[in-house]
Formats: sequence, C-alpha cells, structure tokens
Amino acid sequence: MTSINDETLAPVSRTGKIDKNANGWLGNLSASLRSGAVFILLGALLLGFTAAEPAFANIGNLMSILQAVAVVAILGAGVTVTLAVGGFDLSIGAIAASSVMAASYAMIVWGLSAVATVPLVLAFGALVGLVNALLIVRLKVPDLLATLSMMFLLSGLQLIPTAGRSISAGLILPDGTTATGAYDPAFLLIGRFSLFGIVPVSVVLMALVAIVLFVLTERTRIGRLLFATGGNELATRLAGASTARLKTLAYVISGTLASLGGIVIAARVGRGDVSSGGSLLMDAVAAALIGFAVLGRRRPNVLGTIVGAVFVGVLLNGLTMLNAPYYTQDFVKGAVLVGALALTYGVGRSAAQ
Amino acid sequence: MPLLHVDALSRSFGPTRALTSATLTIDAGEIVALMGANGAGKSTLVKILSGVLPADSGTVTLKRRPYAPRTPTEAAAAGVVTVHQSTDLVGAPGLTVADTLLLSRFTERGQPFFVSRSGIRRQAQAILDAAGFDLPLDRDFADLSAADRQLVAIARALANQAELLILDEPTASLSIAESRRLFDILRSLRDGGLAILYISHRTADLEALADRALVMRGGAVAGAFQRPIDFSAAIETMFGRKLQSARPDIRIVDGTPVFEMRGARLLPESTAFDLAVHAGEVVAITGVLGAGKSRLLSAIFGAGRLSDGEMFLDGRPHHPQTPADGIAAGVAMAAEDRHRSSLMPANWPGSSLAATISLPHLAKWYPHGLLFGGREQREAKKAIARLRIKASGPQAPIASLSGGNQQKVVLARWEAEPSRLLLLDEPFQGVDVGARHDIIQAIRSRTDRATLIATSDPEEAYEVADRILVIDHHSLVPAARGAPSVSQGIHA
Repeated sequence: MTSINDETLAPVSRTGKIDKNANGWLGNLSASLRSGAVFILLGALLLGFTAAEPAFANIGNLMSILQAVAVVAILGAGVTVTLAVGGFDLSIGAIAASSVMAASYAMIVWGLSAVATVPLVLAFGALVGLVNALLIVRLKVPDLLATLSMMFLLSGLQLIPTAGRSISAGLILPDGTTATGAYDPAFLLIGRFSLFGIVPVSVVLMALVAIVLFVLTERTRIGRLLFATGGNELATRLAGASTARLKTLAYVISGTLASLGGIVIAARVGRGDVSSGGSLLMDAVAAALIGFAVLGRRRPNVLGTIVGAVFVGVLLNGLTMLNAPYYTQDFVKGAVLVGALALTYGVGRSAAQ
Repeated sequence: MPLLHVDALSRSFGPTRALTSATLTIDAGEIVALMGANGAGKSTLVKILSGVLPADSGTVTLKRRPYAPRTPTEAAAAGVVTVHQSTDLVGAPGLTVADTLLLSRFTERGQPFFVSRSGIRRQAQAILDAAGFDLPLDRDFADLSAADRQLVAIARALANQAELLILDEPTASLSIAESRRLFDILRSLRDGGLAILYISHRTADLEALADRALVMRGGAVAGAFQRPIDFSAAIETMFGRKLQSARPDIRIVDGTPVFEMRGARLLPESTAFDLAVHAGEVVAITGVLGAGKSRLLSAIFGAGRLSDGEMFLDGRPHHPQTPADGIAAGVAMAAEDRHRSSLMPANWPGSSLAATISLPHLAKWYPHGLLFGGREQREAKKAIARLRIKASGPQAPIASLSGGNQQKVVLARWEAEPSRLLLLDEPFQGVDVGARHDIIQAIRSRTDRATLIATSDPEEAYEVADRILVIDHHSLVPAARGAPSVSQGIHA
C-alpha cells in the first residue's frame, strides 16, 4: 500500500504544475481535482469505512484487501501493456485458469517440484502470448478475435488432460491410474506465506510487477516505443522500429503475467479447480480502464491499473464488512467503472477545452 | 445566354480570403478547364457550386434562375453534380454496381419499400444505356478499378439529369488508356449538350480536352484562354510571374552521385527510369496526385519495394527491406501527411515536441534503455533555436503547435542525426508562407547530404529545388538539367 502511494505523489504535483501554466487557478483547481479524483475518493472510502467499522483499518484487513486484488492487479498490468500497443488481450483470464491447471498437473501428475513448476508455467503463459502475437502480427487476425478464440481454446484445453476433473492429490487419471504426486509445500508458500508475518508474498509479487512494468512502460525507450506503436503504428514503423516485435513483446508480457496470476491462485487454493478464474478477465480489464481516470491520464497506464484494482478491492471489502450482500458486488464494480469512464472522457474533455 | 453565370463570388475563412470576387460563365455543351495553384480558390469555388459551402457574397445564376444550393442534394436536384477525386465514397464494399447506381434513388421518398433484384438491374441498365457506358452490373463495388468507379459516379450524375458536371482531378489515379476512354466519353457527353467544368493539374489532359481554360489566382479568375489555348501563358498567369527566374542560387552539382537508381520500375507495367542525386543538391519530384511520388520515396526508404531495378547509395547497392534498413544505411524520410505518418495523438506518451524529434533515435541516444539524461531535451532546444520553432519549450505538446511549426519539428527529427539522403514527401502541406520560407532555408543550408523532395505543387518545387524532375504514370519524365522550365514540367 505504502509503496504505491509513494510512487504516485510525485506525478500528482508535476501534472498540477503543467496545468498551472496552461490555465487560470480555477482551471488548475478543477484539473487537479480531476486528476486526483480517484485518490480523493479512495481516501474518502478508507476514512468512511474506518469510521463505520474500526476493524476495517487494521493492518491485517488492509493486507487481505491487497492480497485479494493481487491477481487482478497483475493481470491488469498485462492488459495495460497490450492496450499500450493498441491491442487487447481477452485470453488472460483463460491463461490464468489454464496455468492453475498446468501447475497442479505438473506437481500432482508429473511430481515436479516448485522450482521446476514455476518456470514451466510461466513459459506456458509466454508461449500462449507468442501464439496470440503470431495470430495478430503475422496472420493479421484482429486482436479481439484472436485473443477471444484463444480464450475458448484454452478454456477447453485445460479440461482435456484430466477428462474434465479438477486436480487434487490422489487424482484418478483418464487411463485409470492414480496420480502419486502432491503440491510442493514450497509452492504453497507463494499463496500462503507472509513476510514478517504481515506482507503476503502475493502482495510483494504485485508490487514487484507494478514497479517493473511502471519503469518499463514510462521510463524506458522500449516503453516509449510500445506506446508509440499504439499511438501511431505507421509513424513508429517509419521511425525504424519493428512494430511487429513490439506487439509480440506486449502479448508475451501479458501472457506471462497472466500465468503468474495463475500461479498465485494455485498456491492459494492448493488444487486445480476447473472453474477457477471465472471473473478474472472482466476484473482485470475493469482495473485497466479505471486506470485511465487515475491522474487524469486518459490512456492506459500501469500505475492507474494497480490503483484501479486496489480501489475496487477496498470498496468490496468495506461493503462486505458493512454486511452488504455478496450479490451486489458486480453492481458496485460496474458502477465504479461507469463513473471512472465518465470522469475520464466526459468531464475530462469538457474541462480540457 | 450562358448556362451558369457566377458573379463576384466571395468567401472567407476567418482572416483568410479564399475567394475574392470570382466571376465566370459556362455555356452548355463546352468543356471548361479550371486551373490554379494550391490555394488559388479552385476547391472553394467548387464547394460553393456543389452546395457544400455557402458563399459570403456574390450571386450565381443557373439557367436564368438564382442558384444557391444549401446541400449537395439540392445542387444535384438543380442539375449541378460534382465527381470528386476520391471515388471511395461513391459506393461501398458489398454493394453491386447496380446498387451503387441507384443509391440516391433508394433515399427518395415515394420509392417502393421492397426492392427486387431484377427491378434494380433493369433500372441500373437504363442508367448505363443513357450514359452510353458499359459496366458489369453485378460486380461488387470494391472490386472495381478507379476508372470504373469514376464512370459509376458520372453515370449516376447523368441519371439525375445533370446539366453541369464538375470533375475534380478525375484522371489522378487513372492509367493512360483509362484516361483516354474517359476523355472519349466526356467529349460525347459534351456533344450531347452537357457542360463540364474540369479541374486538373495535368496540362496534357487539359490540352486534349478543354474548349476553354479559366485560370484562378488569389481567389479570383485571373485569366481566360480560348482555343487554341496557350498553356505557357496560362501557367504564367497561374503563378503571376515567370518562374524560370524564381531561384537565383541554383547549384549545379556534378561528380559521383550520393544516390542512384538504374532501370527502376515502380509498378511491373510502368516505364523504367534512372535517377541520380548528388551531395549538396536539392532535387524536387513533381507530379499529380497518384503519379507515384510517394511510392518512389517509400521504395528508397525501405517502406515499399521497387518492382524492378537497382539502387545505389554512395556506390554501394541499396536494397532496404524495412524503414530500419533505410535509416541504418543513411536514408531519412519525412513522409506525407505528418499527422498520419509522424505524430503521436495528443495526450499520449511521446506526443511532446522533444519526443517527436527523438522517436527514431531512441536506441542511439539512450543505449542503456532508460530515458534519463535529458538528451532529447537538449536536441529539442537546439532544433527550436535552429529552425525558429515557435513553442513553449521541449515539453510542449506537438498538438499545440501550428502546422508550419509541426512540420519544422518533423524536419528536425530527421536532421537530428546525420544522413546521406533526406526524403521529404509533401513537406509544405498545411504550412504557412513564413514557415515555408524557414523550412526551405533549412533544407538548402545543408550541403553534406542529398535531398529529394516530392510535391504535387510545381511552384513549391521551384522555390526549393536546384533541379526538378517530373513523374507521371509511375515513371520519371526526362527533363533538362540546370535550367528547368515549369511548363515543360507540367506539360509532361
């Protein structure tokens, strides 16, 4: 939590300064309000929930919020990178779910250790990203269609090795034999261990992904070229960059992050459920789109995506603590998304003109 | 009594007076050529006549009745139909030729709600018979050649009882044979009593076709020429001066060329040509839209391919497969239409002035990958000073700059690193006179490289180049060296 806030404070003040040159103080005020709106709301939510239910603010609950959003934030970061190159990856949810199955299969059926399983599953995600890129870049299949087909393909593929069964210790394979392996205890630590008894490993992973991808997209020339590809592909190609390679990179990053999300889920759940990861895709896309409103960027940005995921997590956790029924959750997510997009496009544009 | 009489027509856009008291007449049964340089007011006049724009003042009389159409539909109903250069919008993929011919009828009230295949074919065939064209009725519009689309547009115009047909650069994307076929059709339409206003930069077309030529300059009709039309005089009227003396500092450079092309063909069926450009030389290639200028430049840069032929850069074979190859070999290209080919959208990473300049040079300026060290800021400051770019600083959003200043930034991008051959495609598009002067100065001040400029405006070519080559139908037309003549240029 703290690491995220530290990163965001500096850009806030800088955006404010630029706007000050452009507009009067009134415009400046509204611009800062707009760019900080998500943070102001987030602060208000934290204060409000704490006032209503003091247990909300204890460190354990805050960490459980972050742990709950870690997977969505990691997947959302991947979506952000594909949005930056002007694409879209609809297969991330299916990649994450397949990764849960792949990790379980590797350990329970093949008897692999955590050290072998993690790279294998990450490589699986990268490979799927590569196939997505092949479809989109070489065969010129529109990105939405290519990744949608990949989503269907993976949702079905993950059922085949076990003939549609979930994977847990003692699984009976389609050929009648019983699997002998089990989850490596070291693997389970990824989902269940907390550093110093406070910070869950999955939250650390989320923070690492956030920092690495933030630096990659906003502070390196590769990031500049990724965004350039999404901003004006022709101009990027005429400037001598290989947009095919940049797009491939984006989909490989997205696929790899999705499989990392799958690893975190598998390590938390400890078994390979066929139904895992149902709402992951929509939640990750929502986080990335809410991210457009963060700091008034009006474009995909990694930081915004993470903040967007946390924002939804805080809201759902707080409402749950206040005994809001579980079935209102999707409505709340939808309302946040609609509000964020209205803020980004409608209010943002009229204030800018 | 003339068919159309335009009297003192004026139109301004803000402070710009696009049309200042234009007066002309057109009779039934004649083909009138409308000539003029870019910005002379041709397209504004056409837009007013076709109902796209209202005039500020002045009157138009059509068949003795006042004529002031508010929409293209009203203009067509009165008998004035315009066929534009780009025929993509005439129909749509998925519609057949027959559908396209009847498209405007489908929108009329009182038409039956249900349509039958055979009914459409019958009506469409009647339209084609009336025009005397032969077109495949069941062919998809998307599969038609540019020439056939042109004919579809004309046939539809005639079906609406057009009395004045306005054609805007109709042959721009046609082959010679297709143009000839179109001319034959236009002549027979004229003999049938149709008035045709024909706008073209291609003097050869006008020579073959026009009964009369009107020359526009500065928003008014500056001269009228009867058959036999003296095109040299018409072109001088177009520019308002003799162009041969426009450039006092022409450099004639000899020696080994920096860049050479031998036996080059842009399309398999086009004529082969040679080209050589020397260091310190500015060569302009001029030709009408669709003549192959951009294709030529793209092939040299690596963004496109030659159909056939060899290229040499500093004597070494040059066959770039990608723009990256071209840049690595020392070729730089600022492509046509900067918004499409060079700039990032507003509010997007890389849309600042400094980032616009640095885009092709990121790997060189930031070898470690991290964007630290302020190299692009320093380069941008240098460019702002050297090219007199009006901007608040290196971080200014590129969208906040005027067209001329944006173009300077694009030029600065490709001058930021040394190159052997600089290619500029339409570098003066949407650039005001002052910025144009600065850009020309900047281009001509460099003698360490060769510069090749493509422009469809011969006047621009004259202002900037030491040597002018003419491209037509995807091939360079041989032109005299050192003492170029514009009429020779345009006549090609």
